[in-house]
Amino acid sequence: MAKVINIQPITRIEGHAKVAITLDDAGNVADTKVHVQALRGFEKFCEGRPVEEMPRIVCHICGICPWAHHLASSKAGDACFGVTPPPAAVKIRRLMQNIAYIGDRILHFYFLAAPDFVIGPEADYAVRNVVGIIQAAPEIAKQVVKMRQMTANMLEHFAGRAIHPTLSLPGGVSKPMTETDRKEMLPLANELLEFSKFSMKFAKENVFPKYLDAIKTLGVIQVGYLGTVREDGTHDFYDGKLRLMKADGAYDDFTYEQYTDFIGEWVEPWSYQKFPYAKKWGKLNLSLEDPVGVYRTNCLARINVADKMATPLAQAELEEFRAAFGRPAHFTLLYHYARLIELLQCAEQAVELLNDPEITSKDIRVPLTPKAGRGVGCVEAPRGTLIHDYECDDQGLITKVNLIVGTTHNNAAINLSVNQAAKACIQGGKYDQGALNKVEMAIRAYDP
Amino acid sequence: MAVNVASEWLNACSGCEISILNTGEALLDLLPQLNFVHIPALVDHKYYGQTGEGTALEIPEAVVGIVSGGVRNTEHKHVLDEMRKKVKVLIALGSCACYGGIPAQANMFKQEEIFDKVFRGSPSTDPSPNPEHPDVPKWTATCQALDEVTKVDIAIPGCPPHPDWIADALLALLAGKTEWKLPERSVCDTCPVIREKKSGGGPIKRMLANAEFNPEEGLDKMRCLNEQGIFCMGPVTLAGCSGKSGVPRCIQARTPCRGCFGPIRKGAKPMVDMMGALTSVGLDPKTLVDRRAIMNRYIGGHGYLTVIPARPVR
Repeated sequence: MAKVINIQPITRIEGHAKVAITLDDAGNVADTKVHVQALRGFEKFCEGRPVEEMPRIVCHICGICPWAHHLASSKAGDACFGVTPPPAAVKIRRLMQNIAYIGDRILHFYFLAAPDFVIGPEADYAVRNVVGIIQAAPEIAKQVVKMRQMTANMLEHFAGRAIHPTLSLPGGVSKPMTETDRKEMLPLANELLEFSKFSMKFAKENVFPKYLDAIKTLGVIQVGYLGTVREDGTHDFYDGKLRLMKADGAYDDFTYEQYTDFIGEWVEPWSYQKFPYAKKWGKLNLSLEDPVGVYRTNCLARINVADKMATPLAQAELEEFRAAFGRPAHFTLLYHYARLIELLQCAEQAVELLNDPEITSKDIRVPLTPKAGRGVGCVEAPRGTLIHDYECDDQGLITKVNLIVGTTHNNAAINLSVNQAAKACIQGGKYDQGALNKVEMAIRAYDP
Repeated sequence: MAVNVASEWLNACSGCEISILNTGEALLDLLPQLNFVHIPALVDHKYYGQTGEGTALEIPEAVVGIVSGGVRNTEHKHVLDEMRKKVKVLIALGSCACYGGIPAQANMFKQEEIFDKVFRGSPSTDPSPNPEHPDVPKWTATCQALDEVTKVDIAIPGCPPHPDWIADALLALLAGKTEWKLPERSVCDTCPVIREKKSGGGPIKRMLANAEFNPEEGLDKMRCLNEQGIFCMGPVTLAGCSGKSGVPRCIQARTPCRGCFGPIRKGAKPMVDMMGALTSVGLDPKTLVDRRAIMNRYIGGHGYLTVIPARPVR
């Protein structure tokens, strides 16, 4: 008898979604769908708003990565007004981005993903969670909480708000960094760097080796990748060009404004979330055997498309990673590994920026004069490339907004990984909680 | 004895939940007193049973229910109703739950306009019909605050709410109280800037240039932003954004308040009051660009923001 298994809500992710797995008469997986059930309509209700207000409106798209939206929007605003922010403003934006991302990576690795790895994917759900982690590894949990609080305090102390910030505006930032601010933050950034080094080592020694089999089997698909690189191919979170890589490693580079030549968005009747796809590879095909147009974003994508990392310790890790898994690396659970390599880079960059004397320059904002225009601003959010495309009238009021955001890029790939994982974990009508949680693990890797 | 807690997020961004996780060590002290029976952000309890074969959406019974996000679709309403049935005390967490929040800006537009734009009106989207499927819940007529749909016992506003207040409210409940609310003060009451009750006049300024201040000096040496001619919602906004101590968060960044904690008291008319505040320092509210949307940025539920019919053609 055919039946449908509903995994709802998908848990330990950020957002609203469910998985429906349809079994055929023999109890094998006939179909899977990840239904995204939420839609808010930012692209419409931002129309009419002043461009300079946008960075503090669209940050509310995501409470986990508000800084990413805040900065992509500021950059789209820079372009609408036709201004280049002063170097110190860019350094402050980059510093805030790195600090915010450190908190984000620590949260995901230890509190959202680790329960599957430390407590175990088959464990009872009552202990397979953050409270279980706190009981199993109280000292580490304490450190995690402390480090997260530190990143929030650093952001709040300087920028007022850690979540839904107001610091960055078209033209720059709202206040300069004083020497006192810099001296207070530097030792904290160093502490974060030490913890990041510890996390990398801890995961490589205690977490990844045990799950090598799972890494090689769960949710594995071979598709393309999208990320941002500098002119010379170096990994960058804040600025550069977009690189879209095929599963075989060949790639196209393009500017932000060219995104519509390379990326289309498909709509399926069964999800509010659209399915971005690589236009030049053909019409989107979500078949597991022969996917077309599907690419992934987020950390694994970024370290795949980048020729090298931006900082020495992260580069050493990338080399070790590539020696083991190649380029591009396709195993889905390697997202967790890639996330920690990026964590290291964020911490190294935070220290670097705080050691840069230019960051305390008082020249931090170019005054703006409203004019009609268009601006496309992109940054790498923890979950992937953000594309904010704005048009405004001669009063500087928004007339059009198009947004393609982090996890949306991964929509097609997540559907494929779920299909793969469900087929691997459910056969002949046999499944249990553990099997269904493994299907969710294939989603969690993307940190949607 | 730990108290059972159920938590849900509806039309939300998860910022409220991150704010809780930012609490730090106080969180580690509070956690053992709370037994989370349902919280999708952190614990894998499922609506339809752990192997997904149930037919009715089910949330376990709990003493306290915490809900962030407003109501935007039928699924949100369904979950909220189930939550209300299963908990003794329902907390609306954050400004989306309390007032509709930023997503309630959508109440200025018709649903067809919004769906047209998203699914057929963007330069990257292959124009398509609206998604329609039993597992894609339909939108409700407007984006609503929770108390427009069901009875709410405690409101903790803020975008995000400050963890001090979340902890404070939970500790009050643990101590056996059933009511809790933020003190009725304005952001200005907690703002250290210099006020002289007059501005330089002229049209109200947008944030096209930064405020005037000396970065080496504290906020107590900076002139009030409204008095600098920069629009700030502080006078009509509930205080508490930086918790039990500290200065207003946006002011800390030398940027104006936009009202994320909502009105100072229930039933207030922040738009009218704000126009009064502007007039009292010699500013003309009519010169404020995008006035309706900006003054109702976080409070578009409760009918504060509605679709304005197109002007009749003469």
